[in-house]
Amino acid sequence: MVVFALIIINKAGGLIYQRDFAEGLNKLSINDYLVLAGTFHGVHAITTRLNPLHQHNLPPSTSDVRPDPPSGIEVLETENFRLQCFSTLTGTKFLLFTEPQQPNVDKIVGRIYELYSDYVMKNPFYQLEMPVRCESFDRKLVQYVRPLNSR
Amino acid sequence: MASSQPVKPPLATQASQAQRGSQPGLRYPSNGKTIYHRPLNRSRTQELSQSSFAYLFGEMVSYAQKRVTGIQDLEKRLNVQGHPIGLKLLDLLLYREPPRTQTRPLHIIALLQFITTILWRHLFSRPADALEKSSNPDTPEEYMISDNEPLVNQYISVPKEMNQLNCAAFVAGIVEGVCDGAGFPARVTAHSVGKGEEGELWPGKTVFLVKFEPEVVEREAYLGRS
Repeated sequence: MVVFALIIINKAGGLIYQRDFAEGLNKLSINDYLVLAGTFHGVHAITTRLNPLHQHNLPPSTSDVRPDPPSGIEVLETENFRLQCFSTLTGTKFLLFTEPQQPNVDKIVGRIYELYSDYVMKNPFYQLEMPVRCESFDRKLVQYVRPLNSR
Repeated sequence: MASSQPVKPPLATQASQAQRGSQPGLRYPSNGKTIYHRPLNRSRTQELSQSSFAYLFGEMVSYAQKRVTGIQDLEKRLNVQGHPIGLKLLDLLLYREPPRTQTRPLHIIALLQFITTILWRHLFSRPADALEKSSNPDTPEEYMISDNEPLVNQYISVPKEMNQLNCAAFVAGIVEGVCDGAGFPARVTAHSVGKGEEGELWPGKTVFLVKFEPEVVEREAYLGRS
């Protein structure tokens, strides 16, 4: 089982982090990664609006529970890879590329989100919405993913 | 109103109370432990949330970063933020020691051991990783306290253009406050040493360089002779 790569997209659709974890992957130029992130952001926005059913039953106003916002693309599977998209409540998106048979991808993404909130969001030198350049985040991420790939 | 006024005790009992001075009451509880003997936080482990500290400390660093001229200046500001904490902790921690060892440290070694064990345990729940004296004969006033993974730096990654900076300057300020309060004026600075071969294991390793003023060393030599 191999985790291939991680991409983090900010809420405006900008690429803020990209990292490969496996050897021998096809590389894109920096520009292409930015385009990929922007494109995915747009497609994701469209998919949150898509619904094959008419929304007849509007939620009753008496209820205190707010319905979950539409999540858009969550998983994209192909013959060669599986793309898991995790969108946080603030709109940051974590895209994890893995092998199609990789188990527990949601747990892995959850753990990566945890590392992000610890080592990026608690870092006083990180500016919000800007590219992530945090040494300790890189280190912890590799420390976490490497054992998964060698299993 | 008038009926609730307390009856004045006879003068004799007042005097005897003042003499004993340990009459049970708000100020002197019957078990002899005052509010200074234990933390205000009554939870079982007496620990605080590291996340909330990390956010608070992050804001302290951002605050110190405003209108600074350089890294030296920023470290100085963090140091100044820690200094009063050190002054107060010296008193508080000595007060909490058992009466036998409550005296103020009188020698450099005793002071540094107080810092690396009691102060470090109070702040970080573990002793410091090493305490060394400078091996250079030209600088006998220098001592080094190492911490492999300073708690304050846990979530902090310093950008490359500021690689001289170590935010543990705040802890250095606390140590400096303890030294100053104990009558051992010193300059304490924090230095990152987690580079090179040791960096693999402890990338955040920090050395606190304690540089005592010359008069402290002079006094120490005089005390040693007598």
